[in-house]
Parts: sequence; structure tokens; C-alpha cells
Amino acid sequence: MSTLSDPPAESFQLSQLLNDTRYRSYTFQFIALILLILAMAWLGYNLAQNLAAAGLNISYEFLGEPAGYDINQRLIEYDSQSTHWRAAIVGVLNTLLVAVLGCFMATVIGVVVGVLRLSKNWLVSKIMAIYVEIFRNVPVLIWILIIMAVFVAILPQPRDFRGDDPAASMVLDLFAFTGRGFYLPRPYFTVEWASGGTGWLVVLAVLVGSFFGARALAKWATATQEATGQRPTTWYFTLGIWFVPLAFVLLVMGLAWDIPALKGFNFQGGIFMRNSLIALTFALAIYTAAFIAENVRAGILAISKGQTEAAASLGLRPNRIMNLVILPQALRVIIPPLISQYLNLTKNSSLAIAVGYMDLTGTLGGITLNQTGRAIEAVLLLMLFYLTISLSISFIMNIYNNSVKLKER
Amino acid sequence: MKTTLMLGAMTVAGLAAGAAAAATLDDVKARGKLNCGVTTGLVGFAAPDADGEWQGFDVGVCRAVAAAVLGDASAVEFVPTTGKTRFTALASGEIDLLARNTTWTFSRDVDLKFEFVGINYYDGQGFMVPKELGVSSAKELDGATVCIQTGTTTELNLADFFRTNNISYEPVPIETNAEAQPLYLEGACDVYTTDASGLAATRAAFENPGDHVVLPEIISKEPLGPLVRHGDNDWGDIARWTLNALIAAEELGVTSANIDELAAGTNNPEINRLLGTEGTLGEMLGLDAQWAVRAIKAGGNYGELFEKNIGENTPIGLARGLNAQWTDGGLLYSPPFR
Ligand SMILES: N[C@@H](CCC(=O)N[C@@H](CS)C(=O)NCC(=O)O)C(=O)O
Repeated sequence: MSTLSDPPAESFQLSQLLNDTRYRSYTFQFIALILLILAMAWLGYNLAQNLAAAGLNISYEFLGEPAGYDINQRLIEYDSQSTHWRAAIVGVLNTLLVAVLGCFMATVIGVVVGVLRLSKNWLVSKIMAIYVEIFRNVPVLIWILIIMAVFVAILPQPRDFRGDDPAASMVLDLFAFTGRGFYLPRPYFTVEWASGGTGWLVVLAVLVGSFFGARALAKWATATQEATGQRPTTWYFTLGIWFVPLAFVLLVMGLAWDIPALKGFNFQGGIFMRNSLIALTFALAIYTAAFIAENVRAGILAISKGQTEAAASLGLRPNRIMNLVILPQALRVIIPPLISQYLNLTKNSSLAIAVGYMDLTGTLGGITLNQTGRAIEAVLLLMLFYLTISLSISFIMNIYNNSVKLKER
Repeated sequence: MKTTLMLGAMTVAGLAAGAAAAATLDDVKARGKLNCGVTTGLVGFAAPDADGEWQGFDVGVCRAVAAAVLGDASAVEFVPTTGKTRFTALASGEIDLLARNTTWTFSRDVDLKFEFVGINYYDGQGFMVPKELGVSSAKELDGATVCIQTGTTTELNLADFFRTNNISYEPVPIETNAEAQPLYLEGACDVYTTDASGLAATRAAFENPGDHVVLPEIISKEPLGPLVRHGDNDWGDIARWTLNALIAAEELGVTSANIDELAAGTNNPEINRLLGTEGTLGEMLGLDAQWAVRAIKAGGNYGELFEKNIGENTPIGLARGLNAQWTDGGLLYSPPFR
């Protein structure tokens, strides 16, 4: 049934695709899409043709072949008979290690510098300003190379520790700081059942337990404070909760220390932190920290002065104002750019080969690519790995961002 | 991300496009210059001298080919390559010839699709250590920190050697010889390992070469030679026979000193064929009759190149050894020019 107010039935004409503003944008988007697909197809076709002409093909079979080369830093079991795939995984873990250490260090340095740059102390704020300007205006590769060169040149080499009257000696007989890296004492467990990874799992479990214990204690203290107006003194209980169980399990499992000692060419035993790892992490951290410092400063400046004044008029002391009023709000401004700094740091870690650090680009994108000649396959896989790592970082950071951002009710 | 992928795909496509282009000879002639891949700097083999002129044994091969093809030994664009970048440079067409201490291996020949045109230096991998370490055999290197260039056969041989001898080591991967030197001298690595010729050249550049010893073990075969892309056989032939011409010239006693005289004609038909006064060998290669004369004149015959750049009277001081002519008990043996 039709009424008078019904619009006349739509009659669609082809020309409408161009003339009608309702359809025009779709038409153009569609054309652009087709062109894009055609361009991609042409490139792909070209690639396939040229590969065929050169007698090459795309194949990932090499990933299953023995790699044939050794990697100095391995977080998992690996030797020269392991596959290229495993070498790539060793590389991924090494990349993640620098990324995690670097992001952590960069955040700590960046926050401190950013806050101090706003300090009322002229000297401190100027020093921080100089730090920021120097570090973010020189390419990170240069920093990596400089730090590595200084590291190798300044610190003594193992050979300096040798002889009757050595030029260098270990610090406290426990630590050796050499141009090849730092050798630190390594804790281990002497009791049979704990000597594998189990001991560390137990320690972790105890620490988690202590954490919840301490939290429960703090909750109880707050509850008491609310009920009675008096906050009970709990710090020695807290200390006890953290340390007594830990000390007990460590004792039971027979904690001992493996102290590095010079044997043959190198120090043996203990934990070895390679010069390349230290130099790379440090360079990436101080470079990225300069950017983070600026984000932090911007975040703090974004909070209006009225907030500080209002908080002050409530009788809060300056550092309580910072912790309770300014920073929680500033975080909302700081977190999003912080995510991109983390991503930058992770991607910049691919400069690792400049100091011989075997990250993903060094293993899969370096030696594997070179020895197998599978450039296209290796580069595509490399992109996929970095993409996955970057997206995971964004994902995790976004969860955090959502938890601190302004909640509108 | 989309753009990155696009760019990536484009680079890759471009790379492969370069590889497919045949007729390198025409390209070189049209360009008027030979693009020759060499090391980033290894004195004696390929390194710029004080005037910025590239000098060396491998450079000699580049110049000989340029002289044969273009008639001008200086019409060479030297492209420094690292162990990692050299094969991409060749495969992508950035260079026409690679003469960079490159070991002829099965996989490089067959899988990477290159064509080795011969061997200009028979070598093997060795180890260099500071004398003060008191090491006398590579088997005593358990636990040592070893500097190696990545992307080389060196790193694979090294892994095999330590594995078969059941000893451990700590590899420090490095891109170029120049970066390895300070690390080794400052003691960041105990050992430097590469081809024995490279060790001799590296050591010669040290302030006190006498403080370092090359250990007696040679742990691999490293036949080093120039190479070209697979697929352009005509170009491969030119490079192969230019190298053979240098080797044959030494065998036949043709030197840069007497070549003008011999090129006027001799009563040795093989010399005549080589120098183009008899037969049409040059024409068969797509060059002119004088190609070999120019190649030999560029830097002398094989023996002259050897003596001038890396021989016993140079700081590098390599003996001919395996690289003597077959008539002197070595392995150099050019197929006949006929
Ligand atoms: N022959 C080996 C190793 C070649 C190599 O890297 N040699 C070193 C030392 S002999 C070199 O030429 N370095 C010069 C540079 O760093 O550019 C191979 O082909 O993989």
C-alpha cells in the first residue's frame, strides 16, 4: 500500500555512480582498491617471473636444515647442528631480551630526567635539558658504536688480569668488569631436588606469596586506620613477610654462589653479561630515554596549575601532590607516546649487528640469509617476526593504557 | 604497514629484475665502466692507496677485465662489499664481477646461482694469536674468544673445527676486516681467524707484526676466485679467459716488459693465438684481437701481479706455494688457448 508521502521509487542509473554524492566516494574507493590490487599483483607476478628466470624459487625448506654456525648468546639450547629455525628463535629471544631491558631502563631514566627537567633548580634543569638535546639529536647507531668502542677501550681485558702483577683485578674478588663484558657471581642451589629450574620456581612462588601477604597486611592496616583513625606501624611485619620465608627456602635449598674466575682465555663461571648486550641496551636506553623524558615533561605540563594549587590548599605536601594528583593524570598523556617509544626501541635494536650482538636481524636476517641465499624468504619472515613483536607490545601497552585512561561514567 | 610491504615487494622485485638481465657485456660497454665488487679494504688484495687509487691482487683482476673489454684498465668503478653484502650486490646487478677473496663452494655455485670463473688464489683458513698467549696449536684454543667476519665460509669452518675437536669457543661476529682489527689488538678477542692470506695481509698492517703468530693449522680449503652471475655465459667466458690469459702468460713467459715485442709475432703459435696475431680467439669472445694483450699489460701477468701485491718482497710476504704454476709444482693450470 502506498501513500502520497512515499518518495518516488528509486530508479538507479549508472551515471549516479559519478554524479550522486552518495555513491561517488564509494566509486572512487573501489577504483583505488582495484588499482592497488592490480599494482600488487603486477609486482608479485614480476617477482615470480624474475625468480623463475633466475632459476630461483620461494621455499622455506632451509629452515629445517642445520644452521652450521655458532651463536655466542643463547637463551635456549643451541649449537651449530641446530636448525636455521632454531637460530631464528635464539635471535628472537635475544631481541626480546634487549627490548625488555632497554624499555625498562629507558623508562626509569626518562621519567627521572623528565621530572628533573622541570625542577626549580636551574643547574639540574639545564643539565637535563642538555642531556635530552644531545641524546635525541645524534643518531642511535652512532651512540651504539661510541659506547661499544669506549667500553672495549676503557675496561681491562682478561689478559690484564693475568700474571704475577696484573694490571687489573676483580672487584671484591666477586665481580670482573672486562672489555668483553661483566662477570658476576651466579647463585645456585646445592640441594639435589632444587638444583634444576625447580629451585627458582620455589623462590618465585615464595615471592608471590609474600607479595599477597604484604598486600593483605596493608589492607588490614588501612582498615584499622579507617576504623580507629590510627594507622598501626607495620613496616617490620612487612619486612618480615618479604624476607623470612625467602631466607628460609634459600637456606633449605642450600644457596651457594658460583664466583667467576680466570681460567684459560676467559673468566669462567658466574653470570656473563656480554659487552655487546650491555653496550646495545645502554645505548638504546639512554637514546630512547631522551624522548621519554620529553613525553613525561609534556604530560606533567599538561596538567593545569590550578590542580597543584588546589591540592596545596588541601594541605598536601609537594611530593604527595606529584604522586597523588599530578602523575595519575599526567600518565594519560604520557602512555600513548610511550608506546611508540617502546616500539621504536624494539625496532632500533635491529642495529645490534653493529656491535656483534646476535639478535633476530643478526641470525635470521644476517647469517642465515647469507649462508642460504634465501633473501626474500628470510626478509619476509623477519618482517613477520618484527610485526608480531611490535603488535604484541602495542597490545599489552594498550591494555595498560585503557586501565589508566579517563573513565567516563 | 601497507606501504612498507609494498616497498619491500618493490625492492625484491627490482632485485630479481636486475638478476634476470642478460648481456652484461653490452651493459658494460654502454656504461663505459666495469662495476667490480671488491673488499672494503684488505691491503694487498684490494685497498685504496694514499692517492685513493685501488690497488691489489683482486683489483688486478678487475683491471685486467676492464682492459680486455673496454681498452682502459682504469675504467673500473670499485664497489666495496662486505662478506654479507657481496652476493646481493652481484645478484642484483649492482656489480658485473665480484673479485673479493671469495671461496668457491658448492652452494654458492649451485644454490646461490653464481658462476666462479676460476681460482686466483688457493687458500685455507688459519688462526692468528698474540705471541704472549703462548699458544702453539689451534687445538689449545679451548674457551677462547674468536673474532670472525660474518657471512663467510670462515664462520662455518670455525663451528665445524671446534665441534670436531670437542672444544668450545665464544664467537664475536664482525662485518669487516677493519672493524676486527681494533677488537683483536685491544684484546676483546683472543684469536682472529680468516683465510691465511687475509691473516698475513692483516698482520702486515699491524704496528708490530712480530707480536702475532699465525698458527700452523690450516683447517679448510679456500679456493678464492672471481665470480659472475649465473645465466650470462658469454660474460662468464670473458672473465674466465681473462684470468686464464694472465695465468697462461706467466707460463708462456709473456710479461708486461716483453709483451710489445712478442705481440709483433713470435714463432710460438700458442703465444701468437693468445696475443691475437694468429687465429680469432678474441672475436669468439665478442672482443677484438688485442684483448689479452691489454689485459696482461694492465698489471702484468699472474706472477707479476702476485709479486707486486702480495709476494715475498712485499710486507705481506706470501710465498707462491700452491699458487705456483703447475710446471713449478703448484696448482695453477690454464687450459690451452686454442
Ligand atoms: N673466503 C671466505 C672469507 C672471505 C673474507 O671475508 N675475507 C676477509 C679477510 S681474508 C676479507 O676479505 N675482508 C675484507 C673486508 O672486510 O672487506 C669467504 O669467501 O667466505
